[in-house]
Amino acid sequence: MTAGNRATASTLNLEKIRSDFPILSQTVNGQSLVYLDNGATSQKPQSVIDAIVDYYTTTNSNVHRGVHTLSQRATDSYEGARTKIQRFINASDDKEIIFTRNTTEGINLVAYSYGRKNIGPGDDIIVSNMEHHSNIVPWQMLCEENGANLLVVPIDDTGSLVMDEYQKMLTPRTKLVSITHVSNALGTIQNAKQIVRMAHDIGSPVLLDGAQAVPHMPVDMQDLDCDFYVFSGHKLFGPTGIGVLYGKAEYLEAMPPFLGGGEMIKSVTFEKTIYNDLPYKFEGGTPDIAGAVGLGAAIDYVTNLGFDQITAHEEELLRYGTELLSCIDGVTIVGTAAHKAGILSFVMDKAHPHDIGTILDEQGIAIRTGHHCAQPVMHRFQIPATARASFAFYNNKEDIDALVKGIDRVIEVFS
Amino acid sequence: MTQQPDFLLDGLYGDLVMDHYRNPRNLRLLSDADVEAEEFNPFCGDRARLQLALDEHCHVIDVSAVAEGCSIIQAATSMLSALLQGKSLDEVSALGERFRGAMKNGAGADETDLGDLLALQVVRKYPVRIKCALLPLTALEEGIKAYRSNDK
Repeated sequence: MTAGNRATASTLNLEKIRSDFPILSQTVNGQSLVYLDNGATSQKPQSVIDAIVDYYTTTNSNVHRGVHTLSQRATDSYEGARTKIQRFINASDDKEIIFTRNTTEGINLVAYSYGRKNIGPGDDIIVSNMEHHSNIVPWQMLCEENGANLLVVPIDDTGSLVMDEYQKMLTPRTKLVSITHVSNALGTIQNAKQIVRMAHDIGSPVLLDGAQAVPHMPVDMQDLDCDFYVFSGHKLFGPTGIGVLYGKAEYLEAMPPFLGGGEMIKSVTFEKTIYNDLPYKFEGGTPDIAGAVGLGAAIDYVTNLGFDQITAHEEELLRYGTELLSCIDGVTIVGTAAHKAGILSFVMDKAHPHDIGTILDEQGIAIRTGHHCAQPVMHRFQIPATARASFAFYNNKEDIDALVKGIDRVIEVFS
Repeated sequence: MTQQPDFLLDGLYGDLVMDHYRNPRNLRLLSDADVEAEEFNPFCGDRARLQLALDEHCHVIDVSAVAEGCSIIQAATSMLSALLQGKSLDEVSALGERFRGAMKNGAGADETDLGDLLALQVVRKYPVRIKCALLPLTALEEGIKAYRSNDK
């Protein structure tokens, strides 16, 4: 590692941060909760919980269609959240921010709307071997329907994309590249800029699945230059039920609507319906207004801490955890790419991930066990499942020490 | 001084479970099985396979049991297989039903014929693990159903 790459030491006040997350102070099975399942969903700071309570207490009304005061206030809150997201990911315009339910819905929206219009028989869609099922199945459904081909970029033994193979797959038949920014099962941070540049060289747009990226690192739409970017609010310390699809305006303008209904139209007669402008064209029906407000508050919280600090702290946690787990006999870390987010997937010689999960839970430690909705990754490494500890900025070294102690207990039970 | 009970070693990972996990009974494959039973849980990769060889009166004369996955599914598969020798298919089905009931509501004091399977009742404290304990039974039920429909 060169000096230029080395992150500055974090000065996050972890004690203060942890006190902002009320759930972290509880005990589970008689032990202090050690929450290491952030890859599945993150915990919420009090400011997010308060924002949602405050919205329903003082502001609740439907957006955009009312002339009364509360409706205006609700609209301002909802659109204010959209602007926060636009700035957070540095999109050029807030009309490029579409609210969805989650990452999965964002990908499906692109598959249905962009895919069904622009991808046909004999065309190629490229994904990678480290995708979450939600970035595989919508494309398989599309391919089945219209005769396109799904190509899969392989990954190497560290869990990194094999870029030479990716290059070979890019042809004039390529109509879309849809790849994860950070792998949920392995933690690999992709070289997203290069992936985008290579696809653009042959004229294909790129969708990046940012579900596991946005909680850990700054993402900049101008810098990445991707054409679509999707993520979920709940992994970013916001509520469940709200997600984001970013799309370049030129693509979104040309795409047909996804869900028909109210809000997404300008006028309706039985002869002809005129669709609304962006972003409303893609937001049929009453949206999750409180969810958007909560996500806005989560973005405020994260922005206030700053990604310089967050990334430095999480890199330190990952380095510490990797070092400790590597030293335990019988533990193998799965996913050892050079650039990783705070995800430690591992298997043990003597114990199945289910047993690891149960024994850790007895000690109040929450991790995830299973295939993490990424079965092709498990097949690639020829394992049925892994145990996965995933970090957020509120985790500390004591959490990792507890994990190591918990693994020692697994070894004791299965020795 | 008496030793404090160990929550895990005296509970979920007690001696009987760990004994069946480490020394699974009937671990082999039959080349001429009448009943083939296999069930897979895609969420965790668990797999349970049981085979029964029957005599002309549909009584079990040989059993095989192979499981992959966590300790609970491996122990449950072994424990179940150890109870089947000599039973008629109807008796096997009845035993299975009572095992399922025991995993749901607990076993009655008179259900000693559930043998080592009784030790799996501790899994009831871990609701997400119950399906691990019941996977071999589900396999067996499906296998018997398939055998009976082929036999008609």
